[in-house]
Amino acid sequence: MILRTPGGWSVRVRTRALAVGALCLLAALVFAVVAIGSGDYPMSPAAVVRTLAGYGSAADAFIVEQVRLPRVLTALLTGAALGLSGALFQSLVRNPLGSPDLLGFTQGAAAGALVTVVAGGGSVALMGGAVAGGVATGVLIYALSWRQGVHGYRLVLIGIGVAAILTGVNGYLLTRADIPDATRAVLWLTGSLNGRGWNDVVPLLVAVTVTVPPVVLGGGRGLRMLEMGDETAYALGVRVERLRLMLLAAAVLLASFAAGAAGPVSFVALTAPQLARRLTADPGPNLVASLCMGAALLTGADLAGQRIIPGHQLPVGVLTGVLGGGYLLWLLATQRRRGRI
Amino acid sequence: MPVTDLARVESRPDAPTGVRPRAVRVAGPFAAALFLLAVLVLSLAFGAKQLSPAEVWHGLTDPHAPGYTVVRQIRLPRTLLGLLAGAALGLAGGLMQALTRNPLADPGLLGINAGAASAVVSAISFFGINSFTGYVWFAFAGAGAVSVLVWAVGGGRGATPVRLALAGTAVNAVMYAYVNAVQLLDTDSLDRMRFWTVGSLASARPATVTGILPFVAAGTVLALLLARPLNALALGEESANALGARPARTRAGTIVAVTLLCGAATAACGPIVFVGLMVPHVVRALTGPDLRLLLPYCALLAPTTLLGADVLGRVLARPGEVQVGIVTAVLGGPFFLHVVRRGRWARA
Repeated sequence: MILRTPGGWSVRVRTRALAVGALCLLAALVFAVVAIGSGDYPMSPAAVVRTLAGYGSAADAFIVEQVRLPRVLTALLTGAALGLSGALFQSLVRNPLGSPDLLGFTQGAAAGALVTVVAGGGSVALMGGAVAGGVATGVLIYALSWRQGVHGYRLVLIGIGVAAILTGVNGYLLTRADIPDATRAVLWLTGSLNGRGWNDVVPLLVAVTVTVPPVVLGGGRGLRMLEMGDETAYALGVRVERLRLMLLAAAVLLASFAAGAAGPVSFVALTAPQLARRLTADPGPNLVASLCMGAALLTGADLAGQRIIPGHQLPVGVLTGVLGGGYLLWLLATQRRRGRI
Repeated sequence: MPVTDLARVESRPDAPTGVRPRAVRVAGPFAAALFLLAVLVLSLAFGAKQLSPAEVWHGLTDPHAPGYTVVRQIRLPRTLLGLLAGAALGLAGGLMQALTRNPLADPGLLGINAGAASAVVSAISFFGINSFTGYVWFAFAGAGAVSVLVWAVGGGRGATPVRLALAGTAVNAVMYAYVNAVQLLDTDSLDRMRFWTVGSLASARPATVTGILPFVAAGTVLALLLARPLNALALGEESANALGARPARTRAGTIVAVTLLCGAATAACGPIVFVGLMVPHVVRALTGPDLRLLLPYCALLAPTTLLGADVLGRVLARPGEVQVGIVTAVLGGPFFLHVVRRGRWARA
């Protein structure tokens, strides 16, 4: 569908992509409301909405604003950041498997965070450490895979190697920590949203609001042309190197901030763009749809993790790991049959 | 370093190609055995309390010597376990690289050790099995199931290195998520297997060594018997048939051998990465692709690597220690990156 203004401007709107994005967003919000309403102090969805709008009782307002809302907001934002970051990576390396958690960026963020844990830093330092670690790993992997251009498969393999090394480093850092710190770190390494407060939400919110609009509005078009190959994109007027660097930096930042807030939650960045692509039936980067899908997946997984085994809270990373890994295997099996990977 | 010396002898321009110089054939195994012996002595001597070679000798032979307890009860089982597990991982790596014709095959990277690990974790947590002889069978089941799974998902005979590596990474991620879930749900079992999921030789007891000995021995014999048919298989399906090797039987036998070796090694000391990747590569530079030479060398040099890493871990963090699985990951990873950067298939 093409929208035209009287002034001669026109924009192409993909109705199906928009619908998918809206549906995913709706699902994410429904999960969020249910998650806010469930727990030791149950609230009906209507009460939750009323409280969020500012008309709830004092007790409801306290529970929602101080306890449950930060956690749900962290889930929404982390999922959105991971979904968008995964879509950018998969499009940039032109490989459906190029997600930050298989390529070692997430492990790098984890290593940075663990260093601050061992050094005895608090929650703000931990987030800073995660971002620094993720960015440093991004630079390292990019430099190691550079040989007359960065190539998809080499980036994937180098990333797998770096991920394996960093897993070893993380294990070592864990053994260096004191017992209380180590316990905190183990839970963090699994990827968990337990006990997230407003000081976790704010940096993530800032990162997402700063990165998402320029990427989605400024990058989506260029990225679509970049997928046709560097020369074609260049001929079509895209500044290839500048765009790629900018998008890569944004993707690494998003993945690092997400890891800083919720720990290295696995497989959301891989599955969200894949599912979004299947639903929109659009081969393009699907940035908005992936973002909404990521938010829905993570919020849903966190909700399921709290409910699935009564009396136990499964960290969200365990759930996404098992489900996402199974999905990846299925993806490998079917894509192989079609000869795509 | 005799290893580099040998490599230089081999790459000498006047050396006849295809035929190893006699000196290499005779001196090679000798040098490798000497290396292994040196590392065995180091492994007995180093640790929280450092012993001189004379003290080690007395500790081994004289029950009244002051070092007897340390050497006989703690370091000897640990060293023997490193010897057996190292040999198992090296042979498994060599077999897998030959079978998949994939320079990146490693029992750790391809998820086989993680498969064994998650089976063992289930055994400990759900069935309450704590003895090695009890859960080793679970390790075999897990290792076997994952080898078949990765092989199938990775594309069977048409597998490319990238596809196998990705299939292995995926299996690894799933297995570790499962292990984490079990540990978080069951704090007692977390306490019991914390040491184990990193990959460590520190918990070795004499019973562990005698427990894995028969399995490693069986796997080793099977591996050496497979060297000749696998050599034939490297020439391609038809040539192998013509040469009298049976491809299907050889492949099945290789998977059984890999399962035995990886399952036993993982059950005893936890999942360890990169030893099975590094050693066959270094050995191949020395011997060429002939498995009849390559596999015995792997069985000698892989324990040297594993025990060397273990000693390093003990020296670096004295009086504590860094688990051997961590040392091999940090040392072996750069090697993997080197192989990837050098490989021609990564450029395509």
